[in-house]
Amino acid sequence: MKTEEIIALLPYTEPFLFVNEIEEVTEQYIKGTYIFKEESYFYKGHFKDFPVTPGVILTECMAQIGLVCLGIYLLRDKTSLHTMQVAFTNADVSFLKPVYPNEKVTVISEVDYFRFNKLKCHVKLYNQANELVCQGKLAGVFKV
Amino acid sequence: MTMNTDNYDALKKIIKIYLPEDVSVDDITPNSHLINELNINSANLVDVVLDVEDHFDITIEDDEIEKMDTVASALEIISQKVAK
Repeated sequence: MKTEEIIALLPYTEPFLFVNEIEEVTEQYIKGTYIFKEESYFYKGHFKDFPVTPGVILTECMAQIGLVCLGIYLLRDKTSLHTMQVAFTNADVSFLKPVYPNEKVTVISEVDYFRFNKLKCHVKLYNQANELVCQGKLAGVFKV
Repeated sequence: MTMNTDNYDALKKIIKIYLPEDVSVDDITPNSHLINELNINSANLVDVVLDVEDHFDITIEDDEIEKMDTVASALEIISQKVAK
C-alpha cells in the first residue's frame, strides 16, 4: 500500500486534516509529518494575539497519523476499507513544549497492541528542531 | 455447570479495573452484563479480554469476544480454554 493511498482513505478533510506526509510505515510503526498553517482557524482564538497550537489539536495530529493512518495500513487487506469508521477511545498525553504557527512536526507511533479492531499505540510528536513536544498513549476502535 | 470460584474472583479483579466510577465491584454478579449493566464500554472490554488472556494464559479469538457478554459466559469460555 502506498502512503498516498493511506492519506486518501483518511475520513478527514480541511479544516480538520492534520496529516501531510507518511514517511515510513510498517506493521509495528509509523512516521508522518504535518505543517501547522498559520491561517488555521484555531490560532484566531488560542490565544488572543498570541497564536499557539492547542494541545487538543496536537493530540488530534498524533491520533490522525499515529492511530488512524497506522490503522488503515494494518487493515489494508479489508475490502470494505473505504467505508471504514474510527472512534477515538483513549488519550493520555503529556505536553512538554509549545508548537507555533508554520512549524513542521513529526509524529512517530509504535503499536502497543491491535486486537479485536482496537489499536493502542505509544505516540510521540517532535518539533522541527527534533525536540519532543508531547507523548502519550492513544487508542481507537476501527469498524470495517 | 458449577462455577470455579478462583476464576470468578480473578475475573472480578480484572473487571474492577475497568468499572466506571458509579459501578462498584460489589455490583458484579455472575449474571451481570458487562456492557449493559456494569457499564464497561466496548473499547475497555478489549482491555478486559487482553488482561484475561494474560492472567489465564489463554487466547481469545475474534468471534469469542462477542460471546463474552456476561460474567458467567466469560467464565465459561475461560474454563473451556483453561481446561485444554
